[in-house]
Amino acid sequence: MTMLRESQIMKIHYITGIAALFVVAVHILMRLIIPFSLSLEYENVIANYHNIPYVLLLESILVLIAIHGFNGLRIILLELRQSKAWEDSVTILTIVAMMAVIAYGTRTIIVANGSGF
Amino acid sequence: MTEQIIEKIEKIEKKHEKKETVRSSIVLKVYRANRRAGESVHYNSIEVPVQRWTTVLDALLYAKAYKDKSIGIRYSCRMASCGSCGMKINGIPRLACYTKVSELEGSTITVEPLANFPHIRDLVTDFSQFFSHHRDVRPYIQNDEADIKDRAKLSEFMQSPEDLDKFLQFSYCIKCGLCYSACPTVATDTKFPGPQALSQAYRYFIDNRDAAGKERENIVDDRHGIWRCHFAGSCSSVCPKGVDPALGIQLLRGHLLGFSKNEKKVADLRERSKRD
Repeated sequence: MTMLRESQIMKIHYITGIAALFVVAVHILMRLIIPFSLSLEYENVIANYHNIPYVLLLESILVLIAIHGFNGLRIILLELRQSKAWEDSVTILTIVAMMAVIAYGTRTIIVANGSGF
Repeated sequence: MTEQIIEKIEKIEKKHEKKETVRSSIVLKVYRANRRAGESVHYNSIEVPVQRWTTVLDALLYAKAYKDKSIGIRYSCRMASCGSCGMKINGIPRLACYTKVSELEGSTITVEPLANFPHIRDLVTDFSQFFSHHRDVRPYIQNDEADIKDRAKLSEFMQSPEDLDKFLQFSYCIKCGLCYSACPTVATDTKFPGPQALSQAYRYFIDNRDAAGKERENIVDDRHGIWRCHFAGSCSSVCPKGVDPALGIQLLRGHLLGFSKNEKKVADLRERSKRD
């Protein structure tokens, strides 16, 4: 089962890793605009979710880290055992888990934003 | 100014000089096992007289000749050219013929078979899988324009010194298997070609006489291929010929990711534009 060549997957892996570093840095810096404990108060958190650029930043963190993390997990698992059945199941499982995490995270963002569900 | 520079260089050289310990004898702790005969792993300690220039292979051959004829060992050239006598010496993969006992610390030297290779007997390991990975990357020049059957069409492939420099370092590989033994990925992933095969893939990939770059790329661009290298760099640190397989792997990765410009394509386009 090969949808993408390994070099293409790894290119995505490196790009998502570097991009995640950038967006997470922005996310952390945003926490420092106001005192940290204050930034975690309910009203402030909900206010963040109503800020569309910030919502897009959170969504990009979610997508980038999910892709990078689950591909990393796939690579680790591939090295554990070498058989076609194992490799295919690891690939399918990590893709499904990645999509589930992205879907659940996106749902949370939409619910907190108050625009759906 | 020049004197200061020379002094600095001398200081650096002194720092890097291998410490030599002169001893009259050493104890060789030899790994012994013959699993096929049901013999379990044990170590034999053998005292061997040594001189300043005695290599570990010399010491082993002395032990085999005068103390225990049954020691299983593979060797051939005794001058680091054939790559037969690779073994773990004090835990590090090295060539026995290229390691002087005076370079090693302690009066006991432990010799064991190479890790990551199926064990046969004593210090001898099976290289079949290693050579199979080497064969898989097609380590030879493939060029359809080279018609060796028709002598009239036989042409010389010109190569500039710059072109030669691109792969010369990697062509020094003697297939001793030390890099393969030191590789942490090979230890867990048996399908991983290993540093030797991957650096040879780069050696032929970058050779301007070869025309099968794409096919070679496809071979190494696999789930268990070049991307599984963790870049531990242990392959390069144990290489007795200074091949630096880790560098070859990173350079080939650069080509696969499209970071390195494909000089072969550029040269080909230049040649075509000249013809047109």
